[in-house]
Amino acid sequence: MHITADRERCVGAGQCVLAAPAVFDQDDDGLVAPLTLDPGSGEQEAVRQAVNVCPSAAIWIDKE
Amino acid sequence: MTEMLETDLPSFPMARECPMHPPAEYREIRKQEPVSRVRMPDGQIAWLVTGHELSRQLLADPRVSSDRLHPNFPLALTTEQRKAFQDNNRLNFRRSMIGLDAPQHGVHRKMLISEFSVRRIASMRPRIQEIVDQSIDDLLAAEQPADLVEHISLAVPSLVICELLGVPYEQRHGFHEWTRKLISRTTSGVERREAAEALNDFLDDLVTRKEQGEPTDDVIGRLIARNRETPVMTHEEIVGTAILLLIAGHETTANMISLGTVALLENPEQKAQIVADSSLLPSAIEEMLRYFTIVESATARVATADIELGGVTIRKDEGVIVSGLAADWDETVFEHPDQLDFTRGARHHVAFGYGVHQCLGQNLARLELEIVFETLFRRVPTLALAVPAADLPYKDDAGIYGIYRVPVHF
Repeated sequence: MHITADRERCVGAGQCVLAAPAVFDQDDDGLVAPLTLDPGSGEQEAVRQAVNVCPSAAIWIDKE
Repeated sequence: MTEMLETDLPSFPMARECPMHPPAEYREIRKQEPVSRVRMPDGQIAWLVTGHELSRQLLADPRVSSDRLHPNFPLALTTEQRKAFQDNNRLNFRRSMIGLDAPQHGVHRKMLISEFSVRRIASMRPRIQEIVDQSIDDLLAAEQPADLVEHISLAVPSLVICELLGVPYEQRHGFHEWTRKLISRTTSGVERREAAEALNDFLDDLVTRKEQGEPTDDVIGRLIARNRETPVMTHEEIVGTAILLLIAGHETTANMISLGTVALLENPEQKAQIVADSSLLPSAIEEMLRYFTIVESATARVATADIELGGVTIRKDEGVIVSGLAADWDETVFEHPDQLDFTRGARHHVAFGYGVHQCLGQNLARLELEIVFETLFRRVPTLALAVPAADLPYKDDAGIYGIYRVPVHF
């Protein structure tokens, strides 16, 4: 799996951090800062949930 | 779709089925016509969206506006109250991000995002725990029956938001009362205008003092400092932002604490689950947020272009109410929505809204709820309602749902 995160679209709700804390973090500005762009198999379900709950479509899976 | 005469349209807001359940009509409307038309108290016709996916679609659509001064913006107010509300908006709300559209909305929001990040909020845990413990001490020292709202529900979030913003807590009685008047649907236009002006003057004075003196180490002080470096907000916009954060920061969480506590007392099995295993609390809180979805008014919009949604066309300049409450009880998404199920995984609820306006303070609300429920039921295991839950004074007349007073024994 490969993901993309768009800081321009991010509104800092932090939903991704709550859903997949091993994959997503927020930087000092509070914007999305992925810890990895290639989540391992153990994280993929959480990543899907993070994508589903992101309110501004700032993160997406570009390769399964 | 059968054309209905405008006079036959259902009225909005609709009454709750029982204090804990959404209006019964939502269930039927959602099945038959998930984007339907309603008549507002001022006679305007607006669209009502009741399906979960359709709600998320509309709130994420860039072709909707949050401008509360638009003549067709749906407000659950009479013509007289609406006029006062929109006059008030010239003083305050319009100058905060809740009423702004892109690109200004994003510029304002980015000035505050870092203050509410998951990590920043998590760092407040020890202080919030102290506040909760102190509030429970006050409750236990009070004469019985004591009011949970006064001692816990309102006290905790008020003290937290005051410290965060740098607002003197001793002045809380003023802003509690002004807020109550502003969110009530029974407040007259005159009272509404007076309350808005009083709240505006209070925070204008506070912001002015922080602007003129040394920058203070709180959210408003840091916002002022940040704005000095990169000026994007006027003085009036900073005051409007302070008003928004102060109201949103105490009134919403207060009502969730009251409703959640009553729900747990009425559902001893669920209460026992979280007392036995506090790791269940985060998912229990998502479920309570879904179940009550106390804010329906913040997710109203006006279309800025024709929008196809759920088989209808919402025309440019028509008002839309996206009912998060209806969406969060969509049984195709949340099976048996009337059951409080702490294990269902309700994180995709829309209680905090959806799209770019989604609640900025949501992680603070989650943390406060978690600490209150964990500490209250651990420290006061004998907590009980002093009157039947059905007889409590529920806020059927307010734009933010909740309970006015919750008398308890312990």
